[in-house]
Amino acid sequence: MPSAANKTPALQKRKSALRRRRNLYFYLFISPWIVGFIIFRGGPLLAAIWLSFVKWEIVTPPVFVGLANWKAMPHDPLFWQSLKVTFLYTFSVVPLGIVFGFLLALLMNQNVRGVTVFRTIYYLPSVTSGVAIAMLWLWIFNPDFGLLNYFLSLIGIHGPAWLFDVRWVLPAFIIMSLWGVGGTMIIYLAGLQGIPTQLYEAAEIDGANGWAKLLHVTIPMMTPIVFFNLVMSVISTFQVFSSAFVMTQGGPMNASLFYVLYLFRNAFQYFEMGYAACLAWVLFAIIGVCTLIIFATSDRWVYYEGAARGII
Amino acid sequence: MAAEHELVAQPLVVTRRKRNAMAILRRKVLPRLIIYILLVLGSVAFILPFLWMLSSSLKTPGEIFIFPPKWIPSSPQWHNYPDALTIQPFGRYTINTIIVTGLSMLGTLISSSLVAYGFARIRGAGSGFLFSLVLATMMLPYQVTMIPTFIVFRMLGWVNTLKPLIVPSFFGSAFFIFLLRQFMMTVPLEMDEAAIIDGCSTFGVYWRIMLPMAKPALATVAIFAFMDGWTDLMGPLIYLNSQRLYTIALGLATFRQQFSTETPWHQLMAASIATMMPTLLVFLLAQRIFIQGIVVTGLKG
Repeated sequence: MPSAANKTPALQKRKSALRRRRNLYFYLFISPWIVGFIIFRGGPLLAAIWLSFVKWEIVTPPVFVGLANWKAMPHDPLFWQSLKVTFLYTFSVVPLGIVFGFLLALLMNQNVRGVTVFRTIYYLPSVTSGVAIAMLWLWIFNPDFGLLNYFLSLIGIHGPAWLFDVRWVLPAFIIMSLWGVGGTMIIYLAGLQGIPTQLYEAAEIDGANGWAKLLHVTIPMMTPIVFFNLVMSVISTFQVFSSAFVMTQGGPMNASLFYVLYLFRNAFQYFEMGYAACLAWVLFAIIGVCTLIIFATSDRWVYYEGAARGII
Repeated sequence: MAAEHELVAQPLVVTRRKRNAMAILRRKVLPRLIIYILLVLGSVAFILPFLWMLSSSLKTPGEIFIFPPKWIPSSPQWHNYPDALTIQPFGRYTINTIIVTGLSMLGTLISSSLVAYGFARIRGAGSGFLFSLVLATMMLPYQVTMIPTFIVFRMLGWVNTLKPLIVPSFFGSAFFIFLLRQFMMTVPLEMDEAAIIDGCSTFGVYWRIMLPMAKPALATVAIFAFMDGWTDLMGPLIYLNSQRLYTIALGLATFRQQFSTETPWHQLMAASIATMMPTLLVFLLAQRIFIQGIVVTGLKG
């Protein structure tokens, strides 16, 4: 068999040439991301570590201060205030959004005429996010002439001053965020429509009524989507900025001083770049820990149909 | 008479029929009615703020401060719109926003689709590790890298130009890479193989097979990138100082600052509606693509 012995090295040679070519193409295609990762992600990440140990006010050269920035943090009342505001907001908005979004998606999944029109209406607020919507809610929450207090007056309630009241400013932001629940709803809806109908048919044969089907088919099948929405909404609610910047500037009396707003102020208004970098790291750590907790508990409550586990 | 006779003659049948009708009413009509009532109530809650915005934008300064508010302005003040949009150079802002949004859309589409193709189709050394790195950067908050990136752009002398808002999009965005890769994985491999047999190069497969196949996903990315660019506030706030470079979002955010006294709500609402019109229109025209895109990311990972 001399020919076979001759072929094998040749084949191997061709194979490794192929592999080399494949690697070349692979890295060529992903090169934009690699360059971007180095310039805009990895590089800045390393720089952010260094930054947290310096005092740098942009106009003067940076001065190494060791752990001073980190040590100052526990003694900074505004740091604690912004943390409190952000946690209160996140722990209200995330569960409310998960539940409301799910209920709305169930409603949207009903087979009734005109449901697509309703779907558009419910989804509309979440696509028009941004400054314009913040302005709209600023006007809705106006204590004297706003829409919300007008409705409250119809049922005999004298509404609070909302954005001007230390106790009501966070509830106001929570109400506003619920108006944008359509984004969560649409993801649930996609999940609901992906549940195989055989599962419902099988449940019906076993004598399950509507309630039992919801409890034993829909909800277990939806847990991966709940999981995704949970992770995504925790990450995004910790990063609230625009609405607070536009509507309250953190007021009254720092009652709506969201964490990222405080971080922004330190970096671009007080020019405390080093301290702001520390704040950013703490934010990263908080988000990381929250995500880890969700991931770690997911084995207990997330049900994956079949062996194929989702990436997320 | 005849009916009455029937009633007497066959009472059993009629009661059964009646009971059936009741059952249908209970099982079919009633739930449907409840669903409709809920749907309508919900839509009112979701749509009223928009109507309120529209109504406010057409009022006179006097009418705005009437309580209880009037829903229909006595005579619609359409001139509020041109008035509001000329208080600040919104024309200039619009041009800036179009430049920023258009170029970032272009950059995102080119770079993210190239990278996504690499991850979806070519099994290069370390591709698994690198892809998990892509996913990891999705978790990294923008704020962590924001400050060092600002310093880099400052050293490059790019602060107070539109470049920092455009250039990064040419290096791919983790979320869009993920979305496109998920979609490209669903394109049958036979398509590529057939093209290669026909003498197509690797880049040719990307350009002639994958991009046309991935059109729906690319449309989704384009729309998301458009929405992001159009409504971004943090970026312009950090990088733009002179008013002639402002984007719409930044212009609107600073709208109130030039009035030392009471905010002219009618004009503010008019400006807000005008600036969000493009996003609304894009959404209404491209609704299906939008929702489809979410289904694709819909985490069939």
